[in-house]
Amino acid sequence: MFSPADIEALLLTLKVASLATIFMLLFGTPLAWWLARTRSKWRGIINTFVALPLVLPPTVLGFYLLILLGKNGIVGEFTTWLGIGALPFTFAGLVVASVLYSIPFVVQPLQTAFSNIGEQSLEAAATLRASPIDTFFSVVLPLSKSGFLTATILGFAHTIGEFGVVLMVGGNIPDKTRVVSVQIYNHVEALEYTQAHWLAGGLLGFSFTVLLILYTDLKITPRVK
Amino acid sequence: MNNSITARFKLDYGEFQLSVNLSLPNSGITVLFGHSGSGKTTLLRCIAGLEQAQQGYLEINGNVWQDSDGGIFLPTYKRPLGYVFQDANLFSHLTVAENLNYGLKRIKTRFDKPKINHILDLLGIQHLLERMPDCLSGGEKQRVAIARALVLNPEILLMDEPLASLDAKRKQEILPFLSRLNNELNIPILYVTHSQQELAQLADSLVVMDAGKVLASGLLSKTLSRLDLPLSQDHDAITVWNTTIVEHETDFHLTRVLFEGGSLSLPAIEGSFGTPLRVQIYARDVSIVLEFPRATSILNVLSATIADIADGKNGQSIVCLKVGGQPLLAHITRKSVAVLNLKIGKMVFVQIKGMSILN
Repeated sequence: MFSPADIEALLLTLKVASLATIFMLLFGTPLAWWLARTRSKWRGIINTFVALPLVLPPTVLGFYLLILLGKNGIVGEFTTWLGIGALPFTFAGLVVASVLYSIPFVVQPLQTAFSNIGEQSLEAAATLRASPIDTFFSVVLPLSKSGFLTATILGFAHTIGEFGVVLMVGGNIPDKTRVVSVQIYNHVEALEYTQAHWLAGGLLGFSFTVLLILYTDLKITPRVK
Repeated sequence: MNNSITARFKLDYGEFQLSVNLSLPNSGITVLFGHSGSGKTTLLRCIAGLEQAQQGYLEINGNVWQDSDGGIFLPTYKRPLGYVFQDANLFSHLTVAENLNYGLKRIKTRFDKPKINHILDLLGIQHLLERMPDCLSGGEKQRVAIARALVLNPEILLMDEPLASLDAKRKQEILPFLSRLNNELNIPILYVTHSQQELAQLADSLVVMDAGKVLASGLLSKTLSRLDLPLSQDHDAITVWNTTIVEHETDFHLTRVLFEGGSLSLPAIEGSFGTPLRVQIYARDVSIVLEFPRATSILNVLSATIADIADGKNGQSIVCLKVGGQPLLAHITRKSVAVLNLKIGKMVFVQIKGMSILN
């Protein structure tokens, strides 16, 4: 069924997707909150940047990331100065690229969920002695639960499905950057169709299940006691 | 009455400017009255800190909540107030009990348990505690919202058209609660409305607003009878008197009530001696005669002095009379003023055709 290399690739994929999802939620939540609430003139341009990975070919994103993160790029020089070294073709670089590539799938559902919470609920909380941070955790989070679920599932699933960016930034290094999508490519190149079937079929099943859950079970029904 | 609320705000939104300088009583219900766009809700939001006026000074019971000159602006969540929004604005993810607890968990000075239960009884929501807000009627939601604000034992309760989104029946379901609240809890209430009915039924004091400015403020009966205000010109202009029950004439199905300066006969109403009653008299139901009418079917004929006369619309005159110590508005024709030769200071009699009891 799965060769040891396949299992390695599977585990690595899960690791990348989990880490990337955690980072996307950490950075995406305040970003989505800001985008949902601000009246700043910067809102349009930031929204555009967040949505760019949706329309760009992954190779374009991967190409620029390669340049930025590379030894001579701005970010690369910074990470080298920090002693981390350049990020391309490393596990860390793969996570960074995944975060940038999948961020719209996390930010947009959160932004929609936050926008749906009326200013009134926040004001009500303030008149009931809740500070803004308190309000975020006691009112905003529970009211945008389904938004967070959607964001987590989409962000995670989309990271698993990436290929172009991974290949450009991560390369094809076993146990370091060789994720499932790349491993499938390797199998097909080597004409190992059976191996490719197992992995590709697995991804197909996974993606189908995730989307099925998303489109059927996630309608949060009101709690009636 | 002790005026210990000082509110001065200047706020400029371009097309709308608010400019007020008010001193308000710290007891009873003060109604902020005006058309939509008059700035009454903005004023309330400034007091709550939900809106920050560029220039403002707000002092409540000796505590400064805002002083733009001194760089003080207490954020809303640090102000010991209660706020009831136009639509109840309950947290939809929490039960009624959890909604009530939301504020309670976050404060130190609260009512004791029996008093909280008393509030729940007063508002008739004990049986709703386990429900989710989505399963409540509009009237029930609003009563929960009022309770949620009240259980915090606020220094002031701010209410922004709390009945506006309800139908007439639900309004009548909540209005008596509000009068009782004020009598029993002694928390000053600032109440925003454009409904004259709510004004007449609830107000002890009145602030009339128009285009972001305060036209008048003062005790209800005095302010209602000011002829320089649009209220007295209105077709539905009213006078409100506070009276107490003195006697029931069961044979005639009548009740006699006493007011400052005389007594009135009303259709029979339940209540023991001394029960306070708020009586509303439409200016169009008051007529003026020069001599005491010996034969008239109208029960309530009182002697009065003319305090002021002003021209109204469409050949109408508005007359402000003093009946004992109480002001009374009368809408009569300009011709009648001329024929009867009515002048300020003249002694006359007023006939009151009808009146309604407000509580």
